[in-house]
Amino acid sequence: MIRFVPRARTPVWLTVAVSVGSGLAALLLTAVPLALSGAPVLAAFVLMAQGAAGDGFALAETLTRATPLIFTGLAAAVAFRAKLWNIGAEGQLYAGALATVALGAGLIEAPAYILVPTVLIGAAAAGAALLLIPVLFKTRFGADEVVVTLLMNFIVLLFVQMMIEGPMKDEMAMGWPQSAPVLDEATLPKLVAGLRLHWGLVIAVVAALALHIFITRTVWGFRIRAVGENARAARYAGLPVGKAMALVGVLSGGLAGLAGASEVAGLKGYLTSDLSPGFGYAGIVVATLANLSPLGVVPAAIFVAGVFVGADSMSRAIGVSNYLADLVVAFALLSVLVGGLLTRFRIVVVRRGTA
Amino acid sequence: MHPDPRPLVLSLAGITKRFGPLTANDQIDLDVRAGEIVALLGENGAGKTTLMSILFGHYIADEGTVHIAGADGQLVPLPGGSADAALKAGIGMVHQHFALAENLTGFENIVLGTQPLFSLTLTRRAARAKIERLMAESGLTADLDVPVARLSVGEQQRIEILKALYRDVRVLILDEPTAVLTPQEADGLAATVRALAGRGLAVIFISHKLHEVLALCERVVVLRGGAKVADRPTAGADRAMLAELMVGRAIPPRERPPSTPGAPVLSLKAVSVGSPGQRDRLEQADLDVCAGEIVGIAGVSGNGQGALASLVAGLAAPREGEARIAGARLGRADPSGRIAAGVGRIPEDRHRDGTVGALTVAENYVLESISEPENQSGGFLRRGAIRARAQEAIAAFDVRCPGPDAAIRALSGGNMQKVVLARALAREPRLVLAHQPTRGLDIGATTDVHRRLIAARGRGAAVLLISEDLDELFALCDRIAVVHAGHLSPAMDTQGLDVRTVGLMMAGHGAGEAA
Repeated sequence: MIRFVPRARTPVWLTVAVSVGSGLAALLLTAVPLALSGAPVLAAFVLMAQGAAGDGFALAETLTRATPLIFTGLAAAVAFRAKLWNIGAEGQLYAGALATVALGAGLIEAPAYILVPTVLIGAAAAGAALLLIPVLFKTRFGADEVVVTLLMNFIVLLFVQMMIEGPMKDEMAMGWPQSAPVLDEATLPKLVAGLRLHWGLVIAVVAALALHIFITRTVWGFRIRAVGENARAARYAGLPVGKAMALVGVLSGGLAGLAGASEVAGLKGYLTSDLSPGFGYAGIVVATLANLSPLGVVPAAIFVAGVFVGADSMSRAIGVSNYLADLVVAFALLSVLVGGLLTRFRIVVVRRGTA
Repeated sequence: MHPDPRPLVLSLAGITKRFGPLTANDQIDLDVRAGEIVALLGENGAGKTTLMSILFGHYIADEGTVHIAGADGQLVPLPGGSADAALKAGIGMVHQHFALAENLTGFENIVLGTQPLFSLTLTRRAARAKIERLMAESGLTADLDVPVARLSVGEQQRIEILKALYRDVRVLILDEPTAVLTPQEADGLAATVRALAGRGLAVIFISHKLHEVLALCERVVVLRGGAKVADRPTAGADRAMLAELMVGRAIPPRERPPSTPGAPVLSLKAVSVGSPGQRDRLEQADLDVCAGEIVGIAGVSGNGQGALASLVAGLAAPREGEARIAGARLGRADPSGRIAAGVGRIPEDRHRDGTVGALTVAENYVLESISEPENQSGGFLRRGAIRARAQEAIAAFDVRCPGPDAAIRALSGGNMQKVVLARALAREPRLVLAHQPTRGLDIGATTDVHRRLIAARGRGAAVLLISEDLDELFALCDRIAVVHAGHLSPAMDTQGLDVRTVGLMMAGHGAGEAA
């Protein structure tokens, strides 16, 4: 008989080992359908690894793809820690992108050192404001935030489409539904000339560090953890539950909004309705892989981005569908959920006797 | 000693159960005869639950055998690991927390699981006749035709017992059956149990209330640390002896030095809490709790003590009337305001309200005081100072834990309660609210909680103790008030107060009628 004994504390190495092990387990599990489809398994993985990090260009591409995932991963991590189930990062990302274009495409003319921060703050504020609505609905009326945030995604996306087909449409874009481009002064500079990698990555990593320190070292971070783990006890102890929730909403929505700003001002330069291939939802996966730790979000986002970039490159080389990437990520998610048992419990094997 | 002529119905021999390094049951023998009432006594963790779980097939014993009398009276082995086999063999159990479907009627609950899916009127009528016969024989009466949610706790328990009897049990296990009953209801239950035993039913009575065990049971089996330490007739045993057997050491008598009450700290004048439709509400309550005294609130839970506790703890505001703490009027629901006003609060449910399980012992210790300068500067936690302070509290309150960084959910109930106690009492509150502070704790931890409350009284704090345990109230309190259906009686001096008077008031009869 196997028994699960709760752990008094989980060593950090074990948490890390479970996350890394889950990634490896996911690749192993993916080998099964890969082999069944008749593809050369080892060659496929080698190609995938090369595609994700084989050279500077591949690595830069992976990091570029990881940048919005770090932001949305952080957005999910901080919200889920407080048991605020924000499924609306996709919508908040678009709200941030919309604010970026609104502020950065000519409304304000200023030098970069003023315009870039303005755009970033505006995008974060837009994302935060969008999430505050469901948070208030939740704390005031007990409305379920999963439903509200999820449905708001569609409203925001339709609103974005309306704006880029209408008032914000770029007249020079040959009729394509896209916004006017942001000014050069509002653009996040490239990190390396000639590559797509931009300063958004640095901001994302700094945000992860800042969030880690905030959650673990500050009074408000402490309150958020307490409210998330047991809101009743937090209220009994006199902690400001409603304010803590609102703060979580601001942080989570703001981070998702920054993902939109980073994509528009760092990469695309303008807003289209296919700006995000589901970065908001993928952030939930990233946060889960990272065990909701802000520091863990960075490697988790790079892993997920690497799988997608690598799978793309592999599918072009040997003709295996790049849906394989979804499979790897799904297996990784399942492995992490199982691995969570190991971090919360010690597994003790008890010899089974008979009565 | 003469051999007992009554036939054995249940025989456990050499039952041993280990969980890793822990031996939960160590070579336990237990024989029960038809018509016998046996008490199973032991602290939390002594192995009572494990033993009963083995009997019920939830666990499989590592060693040992269970035999139960078949229809012909011959002892046959009971296959391990099968709850179904245990039920079929005639073992029934009434758990402390009832297993009733609240939206079904008493009748439906009793026959649930014994009826074919599409039951015919005929089988219903037969079932009904059988239940009514059982009710007549045992004296267990309850309304069978209303949803059990509308029944009183005592009636729900009678439904549970009928449920077991309906399945023709030969061995009935009652787990802490009187914990939720008024003294009168408990007396009624005792009479029923005696009547059932008189008809040949074997009863295993699990309790930690020693006087009940002595009054009701003819034999007492004491478990300690997984082993059987006593198996003797109750005749000739006394409470001190049984307590010592349970704990393994002599229990020092509680010392309660005299104290002169000072000025009122908590003062309620015609205070109502909670909307009139609520069951747990307070109507026009008057109460003074003075410095240096312990005032107890007796009552069956759900009669208004929850509303009173919420008011004092800051989770609720008075709907009408005037509530004051140290002269300052209580307004809106404001837990941190109450803490600032000098109220130390011990909540009823330490898992739900008292602690955040995933946080560490140290973090739980500073949960209420996190924004104080001693715990933070400039919005950043002073982690070293918090740890050091928690370490002091762990030493001062003798909290058994791996250290201040251990998640509090890994602690036992008693140690968790010590952390809650340390937090509530650390800043020398002028008013202590203790709501069921010893529920679920063993004798050692209970004694410790009592000692702390008496010490708080000794240093001049006013203590409001809400408890369902009358023994506890009579042992600790200077005055006792009774709450029933939202109405709070005047607080009466404990000296010269009769338990039965309090029991009658808990059931809704006035003090006048009782006298």
